[in-house]
Amino acid sequence: MKLPIFMDYHSTTPMDPRVLEAMKPYFTDDFGNAASRNHAFGWKAEAAVEKARKQVAALIGASDKELVFTSGATESNNLAIKGVVEFYKDKGDHIVTMSTEHKAVLDTCKRLERQRLDRLDELKLQRLMELTGRDVAAEELATLEIKHELEKDEVLKRWIDKTRVGARVTYLAPKKDGLVDLDQLRAAITDKTILVSIMFANNEIGVVQPLAEIGKICREKGVLFHTDAVQGIGKIPFDVEAVKADLVSLTAHKMYGPKGVGALYVRRKPRVRLGAQIDGGGHERGMRSGTLNVAGIVGFGAAAEIAKSELATEASRVAALRDRLWAGLSKNLDLLTVNGSVEHRLPGNLNVSFAYVEGEAMMMAIKDVAVSSGSACTSASLEPSYVLRALGVDEDMAHSSIRFGLGRFTTQEEVDYVIDLVTRAVKKLRDMSPLYEMAKEGVDLKSIAWTAH
Amino acid sequence: MAYSTKVIEHYENPQNVGTLDKEDPNVGTGLVGAPACGDVMRLQLKISDEGVIQDAKFKTFGCGSAIASSSLVTEWVKGKSLEDAQQITNKEIAKELSLPPVKIHCSVLAEDAIKAAIKDFQEKRAKRLGEKPAPAPSATVSTP
Repeated sequence: MKLPIFMDYHSTTPMDPRVLEAMKPYFTDDFGNAASRNHAFGWKAEAAVEKARKQVAALIGASDKELVFTSGATESNNLAIKGVVEFYKDKGDHIVTMSTEHKAVLDTCKRLERQRLDRLDELKLQRLMELTGRDVAAEELATLEIKHELEKDEVLKRWIDKTRVGARVTYLAPKKDGLVDLDQLRAAITDKTILVSIMFANNEIGVVQPLAEIGKICREKGVLFHTDAVQGIGKIPFDVEAVKADLVSLTAHKMYGPKGVGALYVRRKPRVRLGAQIDGGGHERGMRSGTLNVAGIVGFGAAAEIAKSELATEASRVAALRDRLWAGLSKNLDLLTVNGSVEHRLPGNLNVSFAYVEGEAMMMAIKDVAVSSGSACTSASLEPSYVLRALGVDEDMAHSSIRFGLGRFTTQEEVDYVIDLVTRAVKKLRDMSPLYEMAKEGVDLKSIAWTAH
Repeated sequence: MAYSTKVIEHYENPQNVGTLDKEDPNVGTGLVGAPACGDVMRLQLKISDEGVIQDAKFKTFGCGSAIASSSLVTEWVKGKSLEDAQQITNKEIAKELSLPPVKIHCSVLAEDAIKAAIKDFQEKRAKRLGEKPAPAPSATVSTP
């Protein structure tokens, strides 16, 4: 067994050697630009890209004409959300998403909210200048807005409707198990809603959302449905028709392909339109300009084909290893909590809070094992994991969480080694933890007036 | 984040982990931080009647830097008078352990823990000496 052990498969995955083999020729011999229509180098590159497009499409039950290659899922999420907001602005400007989404979705939504508010302020200032017949400073907005009753101003209302920019966003809180509340989702959709964006599987807690039910609600209500599916695709079955998704973000490096290549599925029937976010040579049917990353795309295709043929056996093998990890840890240690639904979960995910042990100290104690923690100490901000907090996990338990991510190359030997190492680390750190001692003495830790710092 | 060698040394071989009898009149206990912030430090000092720190024990819930800071101060305070122990600043702790800016709060917590333990000891002592606060044995009191 080789150290260190990689148990952080949600962050990225090693490339499958078969994928690398498929990619190799496209760096050197077959280096053509897929957009070169007039010579053999271009034709060969184009053929390779089109083959990969079919391979990726097949994995998600789509047609190859529905895939747009991008640089990765962050770009795909940006393109899906900003592209829809831009194209469908006459229909509405409201998005429904969840507070546990990936930052690539949340921060995109935040920018759109800010753009809308900035635009609104601009329009209000303009209208106030008209009404007062003088120059109005931004600082006066708050008072003049009330004085001139802008809320009821018909002219301003017309301006806003005609020059819509950005979006309003509803962030749904998950239930305690991390799943979306479907009744809340249904209630959140208004006649101004144009898009629902809910991820397939969560990157921290591995919880799998009921996409088929979400898709059904979106169809009923006539709104588009986008899902950031990077953590689930290639790990568990996914079919765009079964879940009625209109837009799906994918990435190669979470499924044993190369980094720097992803895709956005864009439904053709009924047709979904997008405003392009990157302009240029009109590649990818004008939705994403830029010379295609041919070798990367070939690798993505190869990874998709392997995932499709090995998914079923791999999922059960990885789930068995994950269950073995949990069985071992919970046999050796008390006061452990699994964060998020156990039932609706990715096969390779285990997110555990080890009460009274701080996550970063734990990672230091098991430094031969690569894992992640929801502890604030591992991030630049001082807040522990926003995903765990959204589930209602207490802050101290969020600080005590460790995410284990298992995958294709995880072995039983590694799992057993990790069980042993983690057990020893937790025991050592609990012996060192004043909280563990107090809890064992029967002190109610919540009754103590702690000094926050 | 990479840790300094000193943090790793203390983290891997923490000095003076343990518990002193908090009912002992010569033991002062300082409990600082909060579980919600991811750091709780408990420092206990055994102080002689002459005001010299004879023993120090800690238990800490926190990251590697918090554990290293606690371990370091238990080594530093042993044998010191209360006055000298109170002079230890977070800056010295941070410097000794080469803590990066995001970990400075760990050294602040360690300084607070020393002060809290001494305060606890002094309050206990004051209670014992007839319910009125007494100055620290070696501290000079100026009357206005």
